[in-house]
This record gives sequence, structure tokens and C-alpha cells, in this order.
Amino acid sequence: MADDVLRLEQVRKSYNVGRPTESEILHGIDLALGRGEFAALIGPSGSGKSTLLNIMGLLDRPTSGRLFVDGQDTSALDDRALTRLRGRSIGFVFQHHLLITAFTALENVMMPMLVERGFPDDAMKERALELLTGLGLEQWQHHLANALSGGQQQRVAVARALAMKPALVLADEPTGNLDTKSAEGVFEMMREVNRKSGTSFLIVTHSLEIARGCDRTIELVDGQIVASGTAPTAA
Amino acid sequence: MNRWMPFEWIAALRFLREGRMQTLFIIAGVSVGIAVIVFMSALLTGLQANLTKRVLSSQSHVTLQPRDEIARPLRLDGEDLELAIVQMPLQRVRSIDQWQGLVRVLQDDPAIVAVSPVAAGSALAVRGDATRSVSIVGIEPDSYFRIVRLPDNIAAGTVRLSSQDIVIGTELARYLGIGVGDRLTLTSGVRTSGALTVTAIFDLGSRPVNERYVYIPLRTAQSLLDLIGCVTSIELTIADVYAAETVARRLQTMTGAAAYSWIATNAQFFSAVQAQSLSSGVIRLFVALSVALGIASVLVVSVIQRSKDIGILRAMGTSRGQTLRIFLIQGALIGLIGAVVGSALGAGGLLVFHDHVRQADGSELIPLVLERSLFVAAALLATLTGVLAAMAPALRASRLDPVVAIRG
Repeated sequence: MADDVLRLEQVRKSYNVGRPTESEILHGIDLALGRGEFAALIGPSGSGKSTLLNIMGLLDRPTSGRLFVDGQDTSALDDRALTRLRGRSIGFVFQHHLLITAFTALENVMMPMLVERGFPDDAMKERALELLTGLGLEQWQHHLANALSGGQQQRVAVARALAMKPALVLADEPTGNLDTKSAEGVFEMMREVNRKSGTSFLIVTHSLEIARGCDRTIELVDGQIVASGTAPTAA
Repeated sequence: MNRWMPFEWIAALRFLREGRMQTLFIIAGVSVGIAVIVFMSALLTGLQANLTKRVLSSQSHVTLQPRDEIARPLRLDGEDLELAIVQMPLQRVRSIDQWQGLVRVLQDDPAIVAVSPVAAGSALAVRGDATRSVSIVGIEPDSYFRIVRLPDNIAAGTVRLSSQDIVIGTELARYLGIGVGDRLTLTSGVRTSGALTVTAIFDLGSRPVNERYVYIPLRTAQSLLDLIGCVTSIELTIADVYAAETVARRLQTMTGAAAYSWIATNAQFFSAVQAQSLSSGVIRLFVALSVALGIASVLVVSVIQRSKDIGILRAMGTSRGQTLRIFLIQGALIGLIGAVVGSALGAGGLLVFHDHVRQADGSELIPLVLERSLFVAAALLATLTGVLAAMAPALRASRLDPVVAIRG
């Protein structure tokens, strides 16, 4: 329990609360993700994966239930505290890589640190360069984000997610828009980061190949976890 | 990235730089608006200063005079009036009571810059067979010339006013056919002066003044008008020319004398100036409004275009306040850069206008007034307008739900 980087207790999420059109998307989710775990969240479209990911990433609040991130109960936190916790403890990798095109690759990786500290400094530049070098992107550091290929952008996004040394990285279909080779490369890179740094990863994916490569698979169907184990539930 | 620059400034500058065409167009729009405001303001300031200077070249800001004599109806017992019709009394030339003491009090007033007693009345100027009715202004040159700068408006001769000297206007000199060094005589209702020597001929830019006014020493005027030891008015220059009416009302209450400001005595001129200022102010307001709407519309579009970027930044821990500031800074920068460019354009336009639009004789039509305060005010106004215009889009950006923003 103490080593859980993420824990959800009876988390429910409804939309249009109090209206005739009220609908519950997540039905009492109980889930724990241990420190250093590398897990996949799978499920059919409309099962509530993105909603659950947003709640786990503190981008959205549950209608009821409790959520612990890095041991901290988030239910009583205000918007400012949630933002601060999100910035420090959670890294995001989005499906459409979503780098900020006004900045270079290096600056995109520096961005979470810059947001946190307010002013740029050498330490954050060194950290960003170290991450880019580790991911084989040092020669692209001064290129604007939209001058990079899809695979390169996604690797920069992974580097950015790791910049604050977060306890947890949430990745929403990180290989969904990449060709097979690039997708494998990005996945292997995340695995290696997980092995080396002990950062927990939760990857939302439709790909069973990706899911098979994870230590644990969590299957969500109709807003409920129907399976959680070490192997994919379907082949 | 500059070390001294905070995150919000870095992001704001990068966003402006990335959308450079959009940024350039809105800065151009703001610049044109500011140029119009600077051009109009400076032109109007020059025009009004010139007109005011011309009006005040021959008169004081405030004049203190004895109150008019009024008829007091005789009364019977109680409230019954004996007379049904009360005739207005004739107004004699009278002196201001205790004027020497009053002058000392006025000299100590911080709102008053210069004080000068005057003995004035009417007379005939006689030169051979030619006569002309004139207004005598008996003055103490040292104090009076601080109020009406006669020595700066001399067409011929040198201003010198010893007891037998006189300074006349160009029109009167022409009527009487005299020049500097010639002599003339003044005849009031009670006395005739000895021969007075014309030491200078003035041109105060006003035909009636040049035709009617003659300046002689105070003592000569007192003798000629049978006002020995008396003055008919005290002329004042005050620090703020546009506060003349307020100062006049205060002095009237304080001294008991009648006080007339140049604003009251030139009411039509002043209301024309005010109407001009008002209409110009309305135009400037609408220009500023269009500048604000331009900035707001560009930033609204920018927020929509950058919603994903905002979503990512929010997911990375950017607070609502930081997001708000990123867009407010963009508004301020657009306003400030527009103000600098616009001020330069406005100043350039003024120089071209001043050089090419001139009177028939080649002299300037409107004086060029380029005050630093105008440019500082334009910069502040534009920056503030930029910030205010950016408020709505910035609030919208700061309230964006990161989930919705990232999803697009």
C-alpha cells in the first residue's frame, strides 16, 4: 500500500449530474499501481479508458471515490494544489505527441521544469539534454518541434514526461499514430526508462502487442475493471 | 531562453513570434491607431496653445476691478417698496480700495505668478488735425510686462516708458501718420497731457488692440484720468491658465472686488476650444476602442488556435494564473510595440505636416508641439488597452479545461 504510486478507491464518474441525461461512465473503480510497475490499460472504445486516465492524471475529478497519487489523497485538494501535484508527480505522453510547436525539442523537454521553477537555468537545460541524449535525440535538440518526424516527436514527448522525474507516467496511445518500427522503438524506450529509473508507467493502448510487452494488463469494459493480471486477456 | 526572463514572458514572446504574420498585422493596426491619436493630440495641442497665446498676448489671465455701483431702493417700513422702478446707476471710473495692500496679498498667493496695478480710461489721441479715440492703459512697466509681453511684440522702436513716453499700436500709428520719436497728445474728459513721445510701436496680432490701446506710465495715466493714487484694475497672471475661472471666483470671494477671468471674457472662444477638444476626444476614444477590439479579436483567435498548447501546458502543471499572464503579456506587448511604432509614425506625420502645410507667407500654420508626455501617455494608454483587451481571451484561456483542450 505504501509503495503504491497510484490508488483508486470506489472511483465513479458521471456526466450531467442531476439532469435527466445523467450517465455514469466509471462504476466504482478500485485499482492500485505499484512503484516501478509497467502496466497497460486496455479495453474497447467507449469503455471509459480516457476518462479513467484523465482522473488518474488529475486532469479531471471523480464524481465520488478517492484517489491517491504518490501517497497523497487528492480529494480535498483545490485546483492550484492539484496542478502543482500533477506537475511534480505525473508525466504525460499523449497520442498525438502534442509538443508545443513554438519551442525547440530541448525547450519542450525543459518546459515542465520551467513551469515549476519560473526562470530557465543551466540545471534544467542539462537535465533536458541528458534526457534527449539518452533517447538518441541530441542532434535534434535545436529543431522546432514540428520539424521532427512523428517517432522523434513522440520520443521527445517521453523525454518531456520524464523531465520532472515523476513517480508515474501516463501514456495515452503513445504509439497509436506511429508506424510499426517507430512504435516498437518508442515502446522499447519506455520499457528501458522504466527498468533503469523505476518510474511507473500506465499505458492506455488498443494494441495487444504493446499490452503483452507490459508487466501487467488492466482491462476496462463498460466502466468496470473486469480483469487485472500479468497477461492480456485476449489474444 | 534568457535566464532573466520568466516563463510567462518566454511563452508569450514565442507565441507572438510563431504567429508572426498575425502579430505583424495587429501591431500595424495598433500603430496606425496610435499614430492617429498622437498626430491629432499634438496638432490640437499646438493649435490650442497658439490660439490661447494669441488671445492672452494682450490681456491678463484674471482682472480685479471695483464692483459695479448698484442702486439701492429706498424702503418704507417693513418690506414695502417706495419705488416701483429702479434705474441703473451710471458707472463712474473708480479705484480699487486699499489696492496697495491687496497687491501685496496677491503677490503672496501661490496660484498667482505676476501682479500689476493699472489705471485705465478713455481719451482722444491728437496729432495735428487728426484725432482718434483710444483706451489709455497706465502701467508699471516692470510688473506689467510680466503679464502682457509687450517688449516681445514690438514692430518699431524700443519700449521705454518715462513720464512723457507713450507706446502705441501699429494701426493707431498708421491712422495718425506717426512713427517712433514723433509726439502726440492725449485728452481725457478732465485733462490734457503734455506732448508724449512715441518710443515704440507694438503689434499684438489683434487689429482692435493695435488700433485702440496706448500704454503710458501709471502716474501719467493717474494724472490724466484724475485718479491720483488710484488704480482701476489689478491685472494678474496665474500659474495654470485653464484654472483662471476657479482662481477668479476664489479671489472675488477673498477680496470683495469683481474678478473676471480670461475664460469668462472670451467665453465664445473658450467654448469653441472646449468643443474642439471634446470632438477630438471622442474621435480618439473610438480609435482606442477599435485598437482594443483589434487586439482582443486577434488574441481570441490565438486562444482558439493554441488551445492544445494551453492544454499541454496545463497538464504539465501550468497554473491558471500563469496561463492568464501569458495572454495578458501578449496584449501588453502588442499595445506597447504598437505605441512605439505608432508614436514614431505620428511624430513623422507631424513633421511632414508642419513642413508642407504652411500659411501663404511661408510661416507656420500650426506650431509643432511634440511633448515627451504625449508619447509616454500614448505608450501607457496603448499598453493598458492591450492588457484590458487581452483580459477576455486570457480569462478564456485560463479557464480552458485541459482535457477538452488537448482533445481539441
